[in-house]
Amino acid sequence: MYDLIIFLVLLTIGFTFGRIAEKRHFQSIIEREEELRDILTFSERLPPPGFSSARTELVSGNVVISIDYFKRIAAGLRGILGGRVTAYETLLERARREAILRMKEEARVFEATHIVNVKLETASITKGQHNQTGCVEVYAYGTALTPIKQEPEKS
Amino acid sequence: MLISNIEIVPGKKIVKHLGMVQGNTVRAKHAGKDILAGLKNIVGGELKAYTELLTEAREEATQRMVQQAEAIGANAIINVRFSTSSVAAGAAELFVYGTAVVLE
Repeated sequence: MYDLIIFLVLLTIGFTFGRIAEKRHFQSIIEREEELRDILTFSERLPPPGFSSARTELVSGNVVISIDYFKRIAAGLRGILGGRVTAYETLLERARREAILRMKEEARVFEATHIVNVKLETASITKGQHNQTGCVEVYAYGTALTPIKQEPEKS
Repeated sequence: MLISNIEIVPGKKIVKHLGMVQGNTVRAKHAGKDILAGLKNIVGGELKAYTELLTEAREEATQRMVQQAEAIGANAIINVRFSTSSVAAGAAELFVYGTAVVLE
């Protein structure tokens, strides 16, 4: 009986707080994406033409993000029925976008205009009960290119 | 030490390739942090302690790679890749590797 009560309480807490947190996170992601739109990211291996001389810097961003209790249960049920697991889809989307944003924020410090060869790496950190994924880490890294402006003064 | 994950360095010529250099570190989670993370697992959201832990671990792995490159006389590491693998429950290995080169 007590187990059931605890379970229901956790479920409600997970549902309400998880939902609020996710909404807030998406809001902040959208705002910051707008702010950092001028830094262009590419998955291409080489810098675009016209960057024959630029300062390069390895930039990276990472985030560890956890799923809430309600979604974990919902995903567990989905595992029985099969189909799209939206609970994990949003989790990974949030993590990837956040990691890319952090990478861009680091690039902003170097006054970079482009980031090339962006790689994304995903790893699940903890395995919860029944070997379910508890939280994921997403790591984004790439090479930031900063055009050199002082070139004409030197010659 | 210039570190980059592309194969060339814009505006500079690679004089000499010195082969692959690598650095790794295995980190376990802190018990206190684990309890906090357990609570966070109920409400969801970012686990800042873990984010920092992994950032630190990656920096250490990179540091080791840089030391190795310096030892063989390189001044840049190109084509750097990061990789993560879980070795045992509660421990993760962070691995970084790249090609050590000498730039003109």
